[in-house]
Amino acid sequence: MARMNMLQAINNALDIAMSEDENTLCFGEDVGHFGGVFRATSGLQDKYGKARCFNTPLVEQGIIGFANGLAAQGSRPIAEIQFADYIFPAFDQIVNEAAKFRYRSGNEFDVGKLTIRSPYGGGIAGGLYHSQSPEAYFAHTPGLKIVIPRNPYQAKGLLLASIRDDNPVIFFEPKRLYRASLGEVPEEDYQLPIGKAEVVQTGSDITLLAWGAQMEILQKAADLAANDGISCEVIDLRSILPWDVETIANSVIKTGRLLVSQEAPLTAGFASEIAATIQQECFLHLESPIERVCGLDTPYPLALEKEYVSDHLKIYEAIKRSINY
Amino acid sequence: MSSELYDDGPMVHKPMFIDGTSVEIPELKILKQDGSTYEGAELPEMNEGLAIKIYKTLAFHRVLDERMVASQRQGRLSFYMAALGEEAASVGGAAGLKSQDMIMSQYREQGALMFRGFSLENFMNQMFSNEKDLGKGRQMPIHYGSSELNYMTISSPLGTQIPQATGYAYGQKVQGLDEVTLCYFGEGAASEGDFHAGLNMAAVHQAPVIFFCRNNGYAISTPSDEQFKGNGIASRGVGYGIKTLRVDGNDILAVVKATQIAREYALKESAPVLIEAMSYRLGAHSTSDDPSGYRTREEEAKWQANDPILRMKNWLLAQNWWDEDQDKALFEKLREKVLAAVKTSEKTNKPHIDTLITDVYDVPSTQLKAQLDSVKAHVNKYPEAYPFTAGKF
Repeated sequence: MARMNMLQAINNALDIAMSEDENTLCFGEDVGHFGGVFRATSGLQDKYGKARCFNTPLVEQGIIGFANGLAAQGSRPIAEIQFADYIFPAFDQIVNEAAKFRYRSGNEFDVGKLTIRSPYGGGIAGGLYHSQSPEAYFAHTPGLKIVIPRNPYQAKGLLLASIRDDNPVIFFEPKRLYRASLGEVPEEDYQLPIGKAEVVQTGSDITLLAWGAQMEILQKAADLAANDGISCEVIDLRSILPWDVETIANSVIKTGRLLVSQEAPLTAGFASEIAATIQQECFLHLESPIERVCGLDTPYPLALEKEYVSDHLKIYEAIKRSINY
Repeated sequence: MSSELYDDGPMVHKPMFIDGTSVEIPELKILKQDGSTYEGAELPEMNEGLAIKIYKTLAFHRVLDERMVASQRQGRLSFYMAALGEEAASVGGAAGLKSQDMIMSQYREQGALMFRGFSLENFMNQMFSNEKDLGKGRQMPIHYGSSELNYMTISSPLGTQIPQATGYAYGQKVQGLDEVTLCYFGEGAASEGDFHAGLNMAAVHQAPVIFFCRNNGYAISTPSDEQFKGNGIASRGVGYGIKTLRVDGNDILAVVKATQIAREYALKESAPVLIEAMSYRLGAHSTSDDPSGYRTREEEAKWQANDPILRMKNWLLAQNWWDEDQDKALFEKLREKVLAAVKTSEKTNKPHIDTLITDVYDVPSTQLKAQLDSVKAHVNKYPEAYPFTAGKF
């Protein structure tokens, strides 16, 4: 075990992936010599050469189109989009190409070896173009997998699983936690399962569900509620697509209440999909309406970020609302 | 179908590659670093008044950048982007236009907005995201904009303004206005798909737009030789059928001249022009960046010797339009003013809580109003957690 921050854990996973398979390539804007603007690919060019870890021109649609071509050819591309806010020029290559490559060809061709890494989320005074959480846009696209880690241990295990998964995976990294989240991480190779949620804390009164950077905030709210004698079950969804209905439904059948928190705006966020499915699965077990604590239905603000975002106090209030319903 | 291309073009009967070497792209240079001009150089239309206005804008630019980078280091400001060493490209571009022309920028062209008269207070209020910011405290520092000054508000995603500039200019043409649009972008952003879409559409639809590329050598850490091959950005203008000029971006007279000529041509012929201004980003990409990780001091020193502001000062001195005492006094006064403005702006209130939901649409929806009400009730319950808005509504 070693103490790592999330960037070091990601860098370590990339290092393992590149050393085990010489067809694995890492690329994106500033990814090469500089090691990425957050330094996630630091040292990889020195170790594996310019042909396998390199800067691309500044063109997101090109980066993902190029990655699709590499994956179809049999290489294992790990493409970085510098900020999730800048992924949209590549939307066509992701949604119409990567996601449908296998289906449209009747499995004659696929881009299953593709992994797209991208920092996402707020809390860094980034305003509307350095704070977005775009997971729900991609969750509406069958053929993609979407994975979001909450800490360094999860980041390494989930990233290795994403790289080795035989489907295109978007791996969103909570950039607020890049250096802030520290933890023990095994130095050796390991994987964590895609499509499986994790119960982080067991409880009996209400199920709290989130992913990525919201997990820390969810835990803070659960601690506040514990002072009031409310027992929260805290779950990290980990995979947005496919998502683990069974673990969530089992928890809600036990607690009778569900709260989902996300940074993204309320309307048509992934919390909405969860709420719809869980009310179907657990209708007769629910003691109160499912709570969604989310961003407002506005772009991500700058000066008024605190007011906008789902924080521990808003979650704590929603927990009480649910319990006292 | 163009018969020239399909029927009457030159022929060969053995395969023959062509490449960029058949197109030579000269660089327009008027002013030397010592303040003298090249022999036979055609100077821009510029009287003493305009020259002094340009120089004072350049000085303001240099001082503002210096002070704001320092403020960021002191923790007073979250972020800043300086344009050290390439100020002449943005200031000169604006100086070659008329005030009614639209400017669409990337993010390192504050000089153009300064030339247009955006006040020091306006710059500060935007950077400190306070209630007086025209953008209502919603964007990161340096994302300025002013409809009054015909300067489109900056968007962080790169290159998006390029096809928009084509559309804006096409509208100006269709309405018969005496206006063009000038669109700034860097050589890195010229890799984006939007660049290609914007130039092609401008050529096809004959829009009076001036594409102004600041080729400053770096896109964050990526040097231009890892960004593109071929003869710079200018060669692409030729490929799209657009009149193209390459200019020394650190030569203020050449930049103004190129822009004046481009404007005249764009209006008269209803057609786009591409200008590639060659310069160098002497500073970091932003205050979040450290160039020592990807380039050498020697390389930087070479470009420090090409300081565009010093070059213009030398020219003004040679014209007897300026002297060293005036120069010293100007910089001192600017530093004082900027420091005072920082102090005022950082103490100004943040925007009102109601601005959370305004401008998402022309009027807020019923759902948004309900969301705002619920945030207000929450802030009232936990005022200490929301110091910017608590007790202020």
